Amino acid sequence: MDDKENPAAVPLTEQTLARVEELIARYPQRRSAMLPLLFLVQAEDGYVSPAGVAQVAELLGVTKAEVGAVATFYTMFRRRPVGRYLVSVCRTLSCELRGSREIAQALCERLDVPMGGTDASGMVTVEEVECLAACDGAPVLQVNTENYERITREQALELTERLLAGELPPPTLAADGAVTEPSTAALHWRLSGLGEPPDELAERGGAP
Amino acid sequence: MTAQVQVLSSRWKDGRAHQLDRYLELGGYASLDAAFARSPADLVQLVKDSGLRGRGGAGFPTGMKWGFLAKGTGKPTYLVVNADESEPGTFKDMELLERDPHSLVEGVIVSAYAIGCNTAFIYLRGECGFAGRRLEAAVAEAYDRGLIGRDVKGSGFDLEVVLHRGAGAYICGEETALLSSLEGERGQPKLRPPFPAVEGLYRAPTTVNNVETIATVPYIFNKGVDWFRSMGSERSPGPKLFSVSGDVRNPGNFEFPLGVPAREVIMEAAGGMIEGKTLKAWTPGGSSTPMLTSDHLDVPMDFEGIAGAGSLLGTAAVIVMSTDVCMVRACLNFTEFYAHESCGKCTPCREGTDWMRKILARLETGQGREEDLDTLNDICDGIFGRSFCALGDGATSPIVSALKFFRDEFSQHVSGHGCPFQGGRVAVGADH
Repeated sequence: MDDKENPAAVPLTEQTLARVEELIARYPQRRSAMLPLLFLVQAEDGYVSPAGVAQVAELLGVTKAEVGAVATFYTMFRRRPVGRYLVSVCRTLSCELRGSREIAQALCERLDVPMGGTDASGMVTVEEVECLAACDGAPVLQVNTENYERITREQALELTERLLAGELPPPTLAADGAVTEPSTAALHWRLSGLGEPPDELAERGGAP
Repeated sequence: MTAQVQVLSSRWKDGRAHQLDRYLELGGYASLDAAFARSPADLVQLVKDSGLRGRGGAGFPTGMKWGFLAKGTGKPTYLVVNADESEPGTFKDMELLERDPHSLVEGVIVSAYAIGCNTAFIYLRGECGFAGRRLEAAVAEAYDRGLIGRDVKGSGFDLEVVLHRGAGAYICGEETALLSSLEGERGQPKLRPPFPAVEGLYRAPTTVNNVETIATVPYIFNKGVDWFRSMGSERSPGPKLFSVSGDVRNPGNFEFPLGVPAREVIMEAAGGMIEGKTLKAWTPGGSSTPMLTSDHLDVPMDFEGIAGAGSLLGTAAVIVMSTDVCMVRACLNFTEFYAHESCGKCTPCREGTDWMRKILARLETGQGREEDLDTLNDICDGIFGRSFCALGDGATSPIVSALKFFRDEFSQHVSGHGCPFQGGRVAVGADH
């Protein structure tokens, strides 16, 4: 795993740690809070940092090796810092049949990164992912896990330009109430189960 | 013609059904009174009598699964809802959670009461922002109104509901892998027996049920067994959500009684083929179920009907492919999925999926050999039934069925030194 430029000794601050105990208490056994805590570390550091692994191990009373084994199993836990916006393009059949592979390639070319890479400004990470359970909206891509459906290559490129500029266009189901998380940091906080992310996470990562 | 029904999808067009007040106006949470008026054992019997079968893919009878829960162990009993919907082509649970999240919460409450569970978990796929927000809000609202928590509606029944997000792993849709993941481990399956009903979460009796299954339970408690059995067939009763995607005019979720002919799902509800395209192949229940063809359009879509045609109902996720879709490319797409998602625990699945991926890739790029076709079938033989869970079995489905129905197309890739279809199909792109 890469080190951050300025790695925090402990990613979860005292303020967050108070909430951590509330999270752990939801489960009959502490270790069940493993995935939630890894999401919290990732909200703080942008990836599962070595310091984060150590802190989670200490909080749960397991070894760093055990935490590392879990973190590396799941695709949503990242081994390098992720951009403010994570663009995930579905590559599975219903989307591929409608051109999703070409969309993902075009985004990589625009950002000048290999698949899974983050652009130089740190704003946008692009990746290909497996079926996103929205096949009626093929081709689908997500920004911070919110769907942008029936998207063309041109629309995907335009969306990416806006993300690079720090703008967040509304998702397909915005009229129904869908909202895209303002940053991956906010997303990962929510995925931990702690509810509404703190405001300060909204502009975490990258710079337009 | 089989009419579409509106049971699970009855509130989807409302637009406000995700809000508790509106859900109550629409008759929501009525099953709590119906359930609390009866004994848990009666309710389990009711679900057994209804014939409800699991909607997550395997179709196991839900009442029987509940009946297997070990009693008198001195340990708690757990209900775990599998909301990790990831089977390619399946998007029914997500729409249900987006449009009508309280219907799952209601199902959790009455199901937990029926099996004597005081702590329920909902294991929700991580990559589903909207469904996640909706369900999170619904659980919070239900707590605020005393529908979950201590002494639910004065019944004396206590229930905690924990919403837990997955972190990106298809394998966690398999119940023992899901439980490993919920325990904070790598999401890898365990050999059964012991089944979760005896040793599940924290080695306590546990039932793992799909979202659609649990959301169906309140309707059975409210309306009864005869009503439920008035839809579908003797062995596959009730309403069912069908997800249709691919080369159809109107992809989406459609609710029918089980047993509806495939033709009505694909050609009527989903609007038939996109202009100018002709049906070639379709999956009845996601990528893990053997493909069927245009010869199978009159097959009834229930567990027995689809099995009779040599496939599986699975999640009832219909991916429609037209004659311009290359079957080698389609198999390669699915096999890349399985090779990526194999958890690596069992050798036949871990190694076999990757070898099949390599062989399909070389066929598609014109580097294949005629003997590759038999090698693919041999590898499938080596995987099927030889791993802990069904992921490996599912990986063989597209390949074995495509070789059965479209073997010539694979041979053409060898003799023609490449794919006869441009870019995997005649015309690529979102041209509609």
